[in-house]
Amino acid sequence: MMLIYVLCMILFAIGIYGIVVKKNLVKIIISFCILDYAVNLFFILIGYKKDGIAPIMMPGQDKAQFVAQTVDPLPQALVLTSIVIGLGITILMVAIAIRLYDKYGTFDVMKMRKLKG
Amino acid sequence: MLLIILLIFMIAGSIIALETKNLLSAVIAAGAVGAGVCICFLMLGAPDIAITQMAVETLSLVILIRATISRDLTHITAQREAGGLVAVGVFMAVFVLFSTFALMEIPPFGKPLMTVSSYYVQNGLAQTGASNIISAIILDYRGYDTLGEATILFVAVAGAIVLLRKKGRKKAEEKDE
Repeated sequence: MMLIYVLCMILFAIGIYGIVVKKNLVKIIISFCILDYAVNLFFILIGYKKDGIAPIMMPGQDKAQFVAQTVDPLPQALVLTSIVIGLGITILMVAIAIRLYDKYGTFDVMKMRKLKG
Repeated sequence: MLLIILLIFMIAGSIIALETKNLLSAVIAAGAVGAGVCICFLMLGAPDIAITQMAVETLSLVILIRATISRDLTHITAQREAGGLVAVGVFMAVFVLFSTFALMEIPPFGKPLMTVSSYYVQNGLAQTGASNIISAIILDYRGYDTLGEATILFVAVAGAIVLLRKKGRKKAEEKDE
């Protein structure tokens, strides 16, 4: 079952490709979001246990059975943090893109010549 | 098996999002990828993450549409110069090499390496009183992480508000540009 990891890596590589090659600012932001999805999904895939249940203990459930069956909760907790931070990053990038559009009248990164230091 | 089909759907959606000419359809294709990620989370035994992902996905889609609608409808077709393409080729080669090494090391799919988290699973209910182990980790064992997350979110939103403000607090005699 290594195929599923390989597909996740392909998604990551598509994100990298978009960030480096595309010239439209909105496309770059979308590629960043795809990169974010791929990394989060990879963490959850690593923590998955076969026929696993969610790490939420129901009332009356046997504890030993719960410990044996539950998926790994630690990557899920970290990914929960990471998703919210990704939203913050997206908001900031979109704000900067809107400001740049107001200044230059385009989303094309090659036309923003005044940014060169 | 269903996961593989879903992942292939997401890869197709991301390629469409990057290669289509219309910006609005690119944003909507990215939203489809996000919804696919949400369903994957649901199937992998992470309902909390799926709920969060759905909310965040909807919000970021709205924000991205706000950025693209009624703006730049001219198509940018030209690619970057050759240096960028060579750089992306070199990076892809290095990435494939290292990911091959990494894929040989990580545990196989379905058998996680639960070293730290087995402690959390066994003692979480008794020590924190939370039946949801994820909330126990986020809010108790790793509470400082959540504090840092809140700080980052505050800084990002404050930066966005400052950037999107129509008028800066400048004195009248200081002209912009």
